[in-house]
Amino acid sequence: MAAGAGLSEVWVLVAHEGGAVRKITSELLGKARALAGGGRVVAVLLGAGVPDPARTLGRRGADEVILVDDARLAHYTTEGYAAALAHLAAEGPPALLLIGSTAQGRDLAPRLAARLGAAVVTDCQSLDVADGALVATRPMYTRKAIGTVRLGPGQMWIAVALPAVFPVPAETERTAEVRSAALPAEIRIRTRVVETRAIERETVPLTEAEVIVSGGRGLRGPENFPLLDALARALGAAVGSSRPPVDSGWVPHDYEIGQTGKTVSPQVYIACGISGAPQHLAGMSGSKFIVAINKDPNAPIFQLADLGVVGDLFEILPRLTEAVKRRKAVG
Amino acid sequence: MNIIVCLKQVPDTEAPIRIRPDGTGIDETGLNLVMNYYDEHATEAALRLREQFGGTVTAVAVGPERAREALRQALAMGADEAALLRDPQLDGADHLQVARALAAFITPRTPDVVICGKLSTDDNAAVVGPALAEVLDLPQATAIARLEVDPNRARATVHRELEGAVEVLEVPLPALFTVERSLNEPRYPSLPGIMKAKRKEIAVMDLAALGLSPEEVGSPGAVLERLTSPPGRTAGVQVNGAEPEAAVEAIITFLSERAKVL
Ligand SMILES: Cc1cc2nc3c(=O)[nH]c(=O)nc-3n(C[C@H](O)[C@H](O)[C@H](O)COP(=O)(O)OP(=O)(O)OC[C@H]3O[C@@H](n4cnc5c(N)ncnc54)[C@H](O)[C@@H]3O)c2cc1C
Ligand SMILES: Nc1ncnc2c1ncn2[C@@H]1O[C@H](COP(=O)(O)O)[C@@H](O)[C@H]1O
Repeated sequence: MAAGAGLSEVWVLVAHEGGAVRKITSELLGKARALAGGGRVVAVLLGAGVPDPARTLGRRGADEVILVDDARLAHYTTEGYAAALAHLAAEGPPALLLIGSTAQGRDLAPRLAARLGAAVVTDCQSLDVADGALVATRPMYTRKAIGTVRLGPGQMWIAVALPAVFPVPAETERTAEVRSAALPAEIRIRTRVVETRAIERETVPLTEAEVIVSGGRGLRGPENFPLLDALARALGAAVGSSRPPVDSGWVPHDYEIGQTGKTVSPQVYIACGISGAPQHLAGMSGSKFIVAINKDPNAPIFQLADLGVVGDLFEILPRLTEAVKRRKAVG
Repeated sequence: MNIIVCLKQVPDTEAPIRIRPDGTGIDETGLNLVMNYYDEHATEAALRLREQFGGTVTAVAVGPERAREALRQALAMGADEAALLRDPQLDGADHLQVARALAAFITPRTPDVVICGKLSTDDNAAVVGPALAEVLDLPQATAIARLEVDPNRARATVHRELEGAVEVLEVPLPALFTVERSLNEPRYPSLPGIMKAKRKEIAVMDLAALGLSPEEVGSPGAVLERLTSPPGRTAGVQVNGAEPEAAVEAIITFLSERAKVL
């Protein structure tokens, strides 16, 4: 789209955790900038006692940050966030609100859409504006099809975008102006966050990882997952799994990739001891590159692997980890 | 306890789908249609609440005539009642419209708990649950992996899996939950259950019966314009019969030169 012909105003809901802005936010700011052209990109930051975001968010493309700093937003709650965003939108809604497809984003976006009478589309992997409509593509039918969804003009749009599909934009010298906004005195938050227990992980979150090392039934038992952890640490990768290791209790449920697990689209997906069932492919066939290690030359995963290695993962993985470490040590 | 479970009939994910040549949808001839996978977990959760606390389980679906089969399955699993919300104006409805139709059915029934699946395996939207909670003005917890209800205090404690963390939430009832597969193991319908379900009446309601005017349902804000096949992937290089060292070398070269992550 030509500069200046873009949407007048695009908002991005900032995803943050422990004071750090999550990567998806930068990806969405980049997309917002592209869709806004010469229009305004506004980052909406909800929280309590969050560090000054003007520089970080400005560099990634925000013209303005709307900051709602309120003790009632210390934890994410559906109703707290929905109330804050509905209040801001009542003062002047954007053409488009972008939200990252995280557990929070998926929880929030449909509720907010229903409240505002906005049109909503989730799991977007592309977003464009054509003839005054927002056109999104998204995986459907467990990735057996790609749907093109059109959100017509004359309504606010809310789009929930998959992580790791839009590139992180290059940093600029822009500093966003920060505008503080208040949460209404009377808002109702009926759920109470009792606690948030971190699941101890040595590696990065799956949905944000550039590289994923994933293990299947071929790993044989929980005692062998450290082989994947070691390789993941060396590569700076995340560890995932197919369903059997989850069902057998070798790894926590949030490792699972596929139809009933997570959808991931890393730069590289390294499948180890995974046969490549359709339900697994549903979660990972959007990866840019796929490497498969499997001892069965006829495993279906080889039909879509960019590099297929027929071999015993127990022989290959330790050597691969050492080779990666050597390579990184050299530079 | 008055429990409502919302469910959808979808194509069996085991089978391939055929996209119609004009891209307007999928060809349903010969297609095996089943209850949405997550809705089996939702139905199970509903039945367990009834077993613990008594009450009734009502299953409701928005869909065409054929969606009766999914409701029949819920009855066979043990649901007490079932209703199909069917109206020409709901053909091509978006998720918010489906939520409004469901809400019109649910509101007069004043439930203690409304349960949905985490997502449907055809649309993969995960929209109907939270949108319905909003229309019903109920608190919500989505993608729950654990549910404990304390009926005396009219509260539920749920676990949600976030990225790298588990969130424990206390939710006052009435509330709406959407369920993750790790919540439970759905039961199979028993033979007596199947027989009983065959004799049960499935109520069919159109918009008028729901007391909804066409204006209240509105027109879809989001329209599925077309379906296409995902970009095909083809097999790349296969390294077969190599010594582990040579296999490792091939992977390293690939990671650095093709994928550029090393
Ligand atoms: C409704 C439904 C939903 C599902 N959802 C999911 C989902 O979300 N995600 C998912 O993954 N599955 C899902 N499944 C299960 C799916 O159908 C497969 O059963 C599963 O993906 C198989 O996992 P796997 O490849 O690890 O195991 P297997 O199919 O058993 O494959 C193990 C592989 O390891 C290889 N192997 C064994 N030893 C070695 C060795 N030493 N070195 C190298 N290779 C070795 C074998 O050759 C084999 O190919 C679902 C199923 C259903 C019915
Ligand atoms: N047509 C429908 N009728 C009844 N419930 C539905 C319908 N569509 C979706 N749902 C419920 O909403 C959940 C999420 O669906 P979706 O928003 O399509 O991913 C499903 O698991 C069902 O519980």
